[in-house]
Amino acid sequence: MLNQTPLWKYLVLIFIIGICALYATPNLYGEDHAVQISAGRNATVDDALLNQVTETLATQGIASKSIVLDNQQILVRLTNADSQLIARETLERALGDDYYVAMNLAPDTPAWLEALGGAPMKLGLDLRGGVHFLMEVDMNSAVNKSFEDMVGDFRSALREEGIRYRTVRQVEGGVEIFFRDQDTLDKAEFFLRNRNRDLVFTEKNDLKIMVSMSEQKLAETRDYAVKQNITIIRNRVNQLGVAEPSVQKQGVDRIAVQLPGIQDTARAKEILNATATLEFRSVDLDHDVRDAVAGRVPAGSELVLNQDGQPQLLKKKIILTGNHIIDANSSADEYGIPQVNISLDSKGGSKMSQFTKDSIGKPMATVFIEYKSTGERDANEKLIFEAKREVISVATIQARLGSSFRITGLDSPQEAHNLALLLRAGALIAPIQIVEERTVGPSLGKENIRLGTQAIIWGFIAVLIFMLIYYKGFGLVANLALTLNLVMIVGIMSMIPGAALSLPGMAGIVLTVGMAVDANVLIFERIREELREGRSPQQAIHHGYDSAFSTILDANITTFIVGLILFAVGTGPIKGFSITLMIGIATSMFTAIFVTRAVVNAWCGGKPLKKLSI
Amino acid sequence: MQLLNMKNTVGFLSLRIPAAIFSTVLILGSLVSLAVNQLNWGLDFTGGTQIEMRYEGVANLDAIRGELTQAGFNEPIVQNYGSSQDVLIRIAPIDGVKNVEIGDRVVNALQTADPGTEKRGIAFVGPNIGDELAEQGGLAMLVSLLCILVYVAMRFEWRFALGSVIALAHDVILTLGLFSILQLEFDLTVLAAVLAVIGYSLNDTIVVSDRIRENFRKIRNSDTEEIINISLTQTLNRTIITSLTTVLVLMSLFLLGGATIHGFATALLFGVLIGTYSSIYVASLVALWLGVSREDLMPTEIEKEGADQESML
Repeated sequence: MLNQTPLWKYLVLIFIIGICALYATPNLYGEDHAVQISAGRNATVDDALLNQVTETLATQGIASKSIVLDNQQILVRLTNADSQLIARETLERALGDDYYVAMNLAPDTPAWLEALGGAPMKLGLDLRGGVHFLMEVDMNSAVNKSFEDMVGDFRSALREEGIRYRTVRQVEGGVEIFFRDQDTLDKAEFFLRNRNRDLVFTEKNDLKIMVSMSEQKLAETRDYAVKQNITIIRNRVNQLGVAEPSVQKQGVDRIAVQLPGIQDTARAKEILNATATLEFRSVDLDHDVRDAVAGRVPAGSELVLNQDGQPQLLKKKIILTGNHIIDANSSADEYGIPQVNISLDSKGGSKMSQFTKDSIGKPMATVFIEYKSTGERDANEKLIFEAKREVISVATIQARLGSSFRITGLDSPQEAHNLALLLRAGALIAPIQIVEERTVGPSLGKENIRLGTQAIIWGFIAVLIFMLIYYKGFGLVANLALTLNLVMIVGIMSMIPGAALSLPGMAGIVLTVGMAVDANVLIFERIREELREGRSPQQAIHHGYDSAFSTILDANITTFIVGLILFAVGTGPIKGFSITLMIGIATSMFTAIFVTRAVVNAWCGGKPLKKLSI
Repeated sequence: MQLLNMKNTVGFLSLRIPAAIFSTVLILGSLVSLAVNQLNWGLDFTGGTQIEMRYEGVANLDAIRGELTQAGFNEPIVQNYGSSQDVLIRIAPIDGVKNVEIGDRVVNALQTADPGTEKRGIAFVGPNIGDELAEQGGLAMLVSLLCILVYVAMRFEWRFALGSVIALAHDVILTLGLFSILQLEFDLTVLAAVLAVIGYSLNDTIVVSDRIRENFRKIRNSDTEEIINISLTQTLNRTIITSLTTVLVLMSLFLLGGATIHGFATALLFGVLIGTYSSIYVASLVALWLGVSREDLMPTEIEKEGADQESML
């Protein structure tokens, strides 16, 4: 029998469509105005905080739909935009600096859908409103800083080894070392080569060695500079109170920052461009802290609070600033006790060594300085920044320290991790610069959604009407396929975590709607041709589908190739467009070929037909 | 219902000389315009700052220009964008001012002069970014054409592959030419549209080529020209209907999609029309002139044809 579809095929089709439809449903539910609370550096979000938030809102008489603690965050759903604003201000005042309170739109997805991992499509900034920054890391500075470190490092290493050199100096692309005779040069080259395997040594005329970085080392240095900046930017973005920020590496030396919902771009820029630094200082043991707190701060010392708010009396003289830190990471020693390993550059190493040689057994404090916006502006409309100092660690010096040492006595691996992060943040080795900014106001975003949706709906309706008139019964089948196609695109877009719908993405959907019917047009025209050639309806359907298949496949694969190339090369809007285009091609092939075939078979298959409604 | 009811084969190829002249003239015209006028590159490629503002009433462009000049911005480009209330302002980089601050300053200046003004959007693109994008876009186009060339050559035959790639290049050049002649702004979304045109036009070309191949195998006693004519006639209905539905949705995008994707819709509308024409004339003509013949399509497909016949019995 021709044109029969086995039951299992129907089940597979229904299953696939069902899954896509299920994951498309969260888009039907609206969004709640919400306030999101996350912890700052020194705080945790726990049940106690949950109670505090509940009580604060209750005493202020602010009605909330729900208050939930999940994934280290508290989400308060509110009834409307006004109460969202009030709730945010109230909570910000009540919770203080330790917590970040951000406004957000939380999807109102039912619990059972959420449990299945269902979530609405993410919207791009052009639909949602917000700021997109592209920041570029100054790689030259990063590389030059490494060369600078190499100069100092070579000098001390050669001196320690007793190899006499004339000069070591930094030049374009590396470091040059001059010697008095060939023997010493050979000895030095042998020694340094063994010591620094990731560097490239070339012997030049005039008793000179040129040292440069291997490609791999260069790549590592660059990669590190970008990673470090990403860490710092993430920290700062938290200060802005954005609900779902995204900080991602883009290309070799760029960082893309997306801040949905942010309107005050000037503030965002200044906070992102602000710098954090670090200082190592000695603790003033000659005077009493209590006296200082009472107002008698000795000259040459000052009071700095630590993370618990306890005052510490520190000498004003700085042993070392954070820009000498090359790297800091947390680990555990052989007994599993957490520690932070710090590497300094050679200048920093010698300063540290100089200081610690007379201070063994004495405490040393690490002070973190952050420039926070006060929210006020000076005469020139510039935001005023205030330096906030905080003691993040006090450790006893156990031995004379050099260019690499460690801080122990930390309470938890988490604390060690945080400390390492802060130490790295204080040692910005490569400055960054904003090279692209795109701000979309909330009203423009809403309008873009409205326009895009309208274009999709009207284009869709026009195609539906056309197909129905032109192909009658079969047109109805094609329309069903087109509708399912749209549902599947939305479902798949909602399932892919990284995919965000943008305005060009919506244009991609519109285009897909227009092109999706192509497969059906091909098949139906083929069926008509077969009918004209005098085949029976059943045979016409059979041959129509069969012979159109390879054409449809070829045509779609080539368009898919274009989509892939767009995805690989493009950024931002082009990527968004290519994602919907590719998903659309895949789903339209599925619905236009397999789904229509199954429907047509169920409708016409196995029956003696004289005429087709086509 | 039947759009075109063709009992007889249409002699498409009898018009090949006029078609060739038509295409050549259009291509030359586009190339000349691209050389002389060049493209009106959008912010994405030139770099600079672009600000979108909405005024409460009808925006007075001259007054805005005056306010901006007074605030120290030389030669600002101020134009309406989508409606008489919406204004698009473009500012070239200024020496001594941090580029990223220009946008905020402009918004400040305009809001001081007219407090009811709403900031709709700011875009700043650094000068290097634009160059890179242009480079990436050109590269994307070349790579697309090359991949398609390889795929079609593999699936069909090199003459068809060359024919379809020349048809695609034809469409791309004409679309770029349209943007150059009308001096429409060429931004990133338009670039995406041009690449989508490549995809669309290729779709058409492949359908036609596929039919030509099929007919070469099926119809034994016709010459190449007639086979191409037959294939074009058979696929004409489909070509026109698909173009029609695509044009329908693109019209909806063009009319309702808003100013942001106007350029996108324009490029696609034009590209779809020209792509429909090129799949009928350019691709098959090139294949014909390159001397495509039955023998070229037969040997590699013998096995497949055998398989075909068996299933038919």
